[in-house]
Amino acid sequence: MSNQASVLDNLEEVRAMIRRHKFNDYVFSIIGLIALMIGLLTLLTLFVDLVMDGYPRFTFEFLSEYPSRRAAHAGLLSAWIGSLLVMIVTFLSAVPMGVAAGLYLEEYAPKNWFSDLIEINVTNLAGVPSIVYGLLALGLFVYILDLGQSILTAGLTLGLLILPVVIVATREAVRGIPVAIREAAYAVGATKWQVVLHHVLHYSFGGILTGVIIGMARALGETAPLITIGALTFIAFLPPSPITDTPPFLNFEWLSSGFTVMPIQMFNWLSRPDHAFHMNAAATGALIIVVTLLMNGTAIWLRYRIRKNIKW
Amino acid sequence: MNTATQVLPNQTELKISARLAKNVRRHFVERVIEFLLMLAAMSAVATTMAIVAILLYESLSFFEHVSIIDFLTDTQWTPLFEDAHYGILPLVSGTLTTSAIALLVAIPIGTIGAIYLSEFASHRTRETVKPILELLVGVPTVVFGYFALLFVTPLLQKFIPGLPGFNMLGPGIVMGIMIVPYISSVAEDAMRAVPMSMREGSYAMGATRFQTAIRVVTPAAISGIIAAYILGISRAVGETMVVALAAGQQPNLTFNPMESASTITAYIVQVAMGDLPHGSIGYQSIFAAGLVLMLMTLIFNILGHLTRKKFRETY
Repeated sequence: MSNQASVLDNLEEVRAMIRRHKFNDYVFSIIGLIALMIGLLTLLTLFVDLVMDGYPRFTFEFLSEYPSRRAAHAGLLSAWIGSLLVMIVTFLSAVPMGVAAGLYLEEYAPKNWFSDLIEINVTNLAGVPSIVYGLLALGLFVYILDLGQSILTAGLTLGLLILPVVIVATREAVRGIPVAIREAAYAVGATKWQVVLHHVLHYSFGGILTGVIIGMARALGETAPLITIGALTFIAFLPPSPITDTPPFLNFEWLSSGFTVMPIQMFNWLSRPDHAFHMNAAATGALIIVVTLLMNGTAIWLRYRIRKNIKW
Repeated sequence: MNTATQVLPNQTELKISARLAKNVRRHFVERVIEFLLMLAAMSAVATTMAIVAILLYESLSFFEHVSIIDFLTDTQWTPLFEDAHYGILPLVSGTLTTSAIALLVAIPIGTIGAIYLSEFASHRTRETVKPILELLVGVPTVVFGYFALLFVTPLLQKFIPGLPGFNMLGPGIVMGIMIVPYISSVAEDAMRAVPMSMREGSYAMGATRFQTAIRVVTPAAISGIIAAYILGISRAVGETMVVALAAGQQPNLTFNPMESASTITAYIVQVAMGDLPHGSIGYQSIFAAGLVLMLMTLIFNILGHLTRKKFRETY
């Protein structure tokens, strides 16, 4: 009798234990969700904080005026134009180089120590702190190559910085293309380069674009390397226009012009003790966040679309 | 018929030689293109070599003026003062303190997040949450600097009276939240690589999800999870704008997070903001600081990749 009672007792205990453990599962799944939400909540708080601090400056004048000693009249004109011009150089330097490197590593590179060396370098470069690229640019571009503290230097620096991003994105996009596509092209007599250019590159275009957009968004928000090369913070002029009304309609003087970019302007306003300038910094921050989030959002959406539409 | 056979070979011969010439040209173009693509790939190697060369070159000039022993043992870093001291320790202590706070925040949140994503979340949740985490990675760091200086620090001052406007706690916490996505994504990859059969074995013994996650999956993926932590450290050490804005600019040999202190990265920014003449000792000092930074992140990166590789080979 007593034996049976103890079994029953035990059964109750076991049931209690199961309930307890199931409860633990439940508790943990809530804790896990909260942990993941912390990031999102921070992002929301950050954005709301910026908008609340900076909304008086959300005016058209803020985008059309030069920086000024008086906070209420200071604007972003030279900074957003500087950002735009630097981005052009970054795009033109990083994208062809990165895509070519990615294609070489996936399509051409033999399996030997040399390819391994390149691979290790790409992985390593992705982990180098951005400010070290700034030191490289200061020593190499500014002084040894004597390019000065110019838009060209800044664009090339950021180009080097996002090169690993473009290379990795290209490689991943190219790797996803089935061998059958390549074999079909070879079968009708295409050379290797024709296969790569007309088929591999064509089909991986979306994937590469995703990586390029993410890289450009990163370059747009990057501050430290540009401060390191000595970007000026108070620029009350615009670089010479790249497009002229006399032939050949293009002008390259802007490349050697001094510049400032949006994140540096924000940093400059933020490091002033006068609180009136903090309002400008907040408005700039809100603008930078909106632009980078839009870019990253587009990239993520694009990748999702591509994944959904792939029907090999 | 006869004339035809006499003429035809001639024509085909011509065609063949033209085709062969075309083939040679095509072959040549192919080789040139391959060479150009290889040059592009070599740019990665060239960049690494250029970074190392520039840092070493300027640092060597720096160490002509400053002995390495002073650099590693002196407790003051005042290269721009009249009475110049060149001890890197205060900058290293600032860097390590802010990174340690960041890790104290990021490791628990990142690990729990990774366990949740890999073991608990439904497919739908995972597909929603991961892009959001990616968006967080895309936010420029200067904006996080604003957040640390003008939102987190004032908030902390309400709870900790006497906390100075520049301190290492606020930026450390913000940096921690910044690196959560890095840690959780690498750790999640490691946990997802654990074979399903191990989980099924555990479930068959009557273990719950939580027990399986903690006692089976986590130990099996531990080297990948540790790799995630190490890569997180490397991120925190190299982070610049948040500490440059919110941690202060005064080198300070302390591990107290309530104090203000400069980090290696913040020092480089501070010097670059001023206008130092090329070739001066102050100019060279940022390269010496950069070399130390590069070595620190390199060690962590290599350690991280080694541990990560190890877990890949297990299954």
